[in-house]
Amino acid sequence: MLGAVYALVALGYTLVYGVLRLINFANSEVFMLSAFGSFLTIEILDIPQRLASGGDPVKTGWELIGILALCLLVSVLIGGVSAVVVERVAYRPLRQRNAPRLVFLISAIGASFAISEAVGEWGPQQRKEYALTKFFKKEQLFTIFGADVYNSNVIVVVGAAIMALALVLFVGKSRVGRGIRAVAQDAETAKLMGVNVDRIILITFLVGGLMAGGAAFLYEIHTPFARYDVGFSIGVKAFTAAVLGGIGNVRGALLGGLLLGLIESWGSSLFGSDQNIGNVAAFVTLVLVLMVRPSGLLGESLGRSKA
Amino acid sequence: MSQDTSSTPPPTAAAKLVFGSRFIAAARRRRTIESRWKALPRPARALLVLVLVVFIYLLPSLHLPIIPTSSDFTALLAMIIVPYVLVALGLNVVVGMAGLLDLGYVGFYAVGAYSLAILTSQHATVPWLLSIPISVGISMLAGLLLGAPTLRLRGDYLAIVTLGFGEIIRLLAKSSDWMGAQSGIGNIKSPPNIGPIKFSGTIQERNIAFYYLAVTFVIVVFFFLRRLESSRVGRSWTAIREDEDAAELMGVPTFKFKLWAFAIGAGIGGLSGTLYASNVRFINPDNFQLKLSILFLAAVVLGGPGNMVGVMFGAVAVSYLPERLRFLNTSRYFWFGVMLMVMMVFRPQGLLPRKLRERIRPRDSDVPAFVDVSEGDPDLEGGPHGTVTA
Repeated sequence: MLGAVYALVALGYTLVYGVLRLINFANSEVFMLSAFGSFLTIEILDIPQRLASGGDPVKTGWELIGILALCLLVSVLIGGVSAVVVERVAYRPLRQRNAPRLVFLISAIGASFAISEAVGEWGPQQRKEYALTKFFKKEQLFTIFGADVYNSNVIVVVGAAIMALALVLFVGKSRVGRGIRAVAQDAETAKLMGVNVDRIILITFLVGGLMAGGAAFLYEIHTPFARYDVGFSIGVKAFTAAVLGGIGNVRGALLGGLLLGLIESWGSSLFGSDQNIGNVAAFVTLVLVLMVRPSGLLGESLGRSKA
Repeated sequence: MSQDTSSTPPPTAAAKLVFGSRFIAAARRRRTIESRWKALPRPARALLVLVLVVFIYLLPSLHLPIIPTSSDFTALLAMIIVPYVLVALGLNVVVGMAGLLDLGYVGFYAVGAYSLAILTSQHATVPWLLSIPISVGISMLAGLLLGAPTLRLRGDYLAIVTLGFGEIIRLLAKSSDWMGAQSGIGNIKSPPNIGPIKFSGTIQERNIAFYYLAVTFVIVVFFFLRRLESSRVGRSWTAIREDEDAAELMGVPTFKFKLWAFAIGAGIGGLSGTLYASNVRFINPDNFQLKLSILFLAAVVLGGPGNMVGVMFGAVAVSYLPERLRFLNTSRYFWFGVMLMVMMVFRPQGLLPRKLRERIRPRDSDVPAFVDVSEGDPDLEGGPHGTVTA
């Protein structure tokens, strides 16, 4: 379940890494901002309606779908915009000075600190946990192999699948996608061939942000809580997922995310209910995989892969 | 360390725009300070170092204006700033000298702290003096254990694996009762008193004592690393950092030296962990969050990786700024993040960059090589905007 969310956030890391060979540490804060964005949207939409309908907060049917779509839109937009802002502020000035790679890392970390602390300081709930008002009823739909499937699960999986598919098509088929792959393969040559490298990088950040925004929304459906530091742990997991599948590889990120989610839940159900064990299992798997396949499950290179 | 001081990069046009000629003047002045320092006779240099050392030892008793932050500046120095300097020196071995990106350095810090805690409080009562070398040894062993399987990985993969290592250490400590689980370990031994330096006296006496201890550790480590840097080991690290394949071809046993870098870095990290544990006397897993690793790394990169003096400055900046900004209350970390970003944008090579500059062109796998702005003539460069539109 979480695997789908990891996979989407991992896409953001993998795309930026493929193009710039840099870890975008601020991606996790993009995720957090989007999560808050979708929360606020629901709050705003919800309160007047609840007042009108005399207190029944649970939505169904088209109304629910409309709310979901709107929230998705808002959080995706916030994700995209904030990712682009991060690129402009923390990356572009450095890129134009040909700074060493570590410096990008630190400026991204600085950006991520600033964003998360700003939300913690001046955000809607400050440092407290922000709980979402329940706006639709969790219902059990059917059972597969003894596992209960809820309607929220279906939304998450279908949403993630659609976004991932759209991304794969975008990178593989569209003109801009071809540009992204060209820059990932060889930025200098791409530039000589008339690709606007700066614009491609901006678009890459934008797409990564869109994915993180979508992921944030789906995450909220699954876990209706958010806090100013929610991005950090998700970010670490998603980055792990990206590396697991082979960073810079779009399909690898999807595979890695799903696997990581599975390993985590298996780990904690096999070795006790402690959630920590799941995390340990995830990292141990990563180390083992990298020992056998030093460049991740599907290998790297956004440029060489077909998608 | 290096022979050429003339290879400081030409001030970029962007810097000119922002700082005007002041920036350039400052850069020139620094160069002359360096060359003057080189020109001094050896005894004079030794004397200056001695004066500096004495000044540092006296710092808490001097009551300087402006600099102190809270009523208890000594405690800040002893508990935060100087340990950060030590950690940064250790991480610099891995990141700055050998060029290996380590995002889980807090793991070694935790190993050191937990070793000391277990040895002196939880499961045994080993004397403090004896348990320090044992703890450092255990940390180095942890470095070897982590390094042996993973050092064959390339840059970013190594980074994520070390990050995982840091988390694993913390989570293990959190879920293992043997290591105190969530509640941690208390009653960790303090160092024995040495004459007037009382580790068991009043709070003031204790802080001063720990400050002296920490500064002593830093000085010892600094001179140890200084020697190491100019030895065969240090030169091999430089070679590995600049171009690992070339180093390997030239007959440098890269794997062995990378492992050494990891072990020595881990040992120093462990040492600062023991310092921390014996100072606060109570540790729990939450003291070793991943964020700490990132702050450590920020200290190294901010100071200028590879330059030990720079790294020490960076550590002071990273640990001192949040305290200095305390008047901003809880928003101080926000401003700290903004400052990190701004400092990186305006001074990407660190406060004091390492002198031995890379002369080779970056390989395409290392740096996006399509914006080689800083290599050209400063007058021919574009401004901060508009050089790279194709």
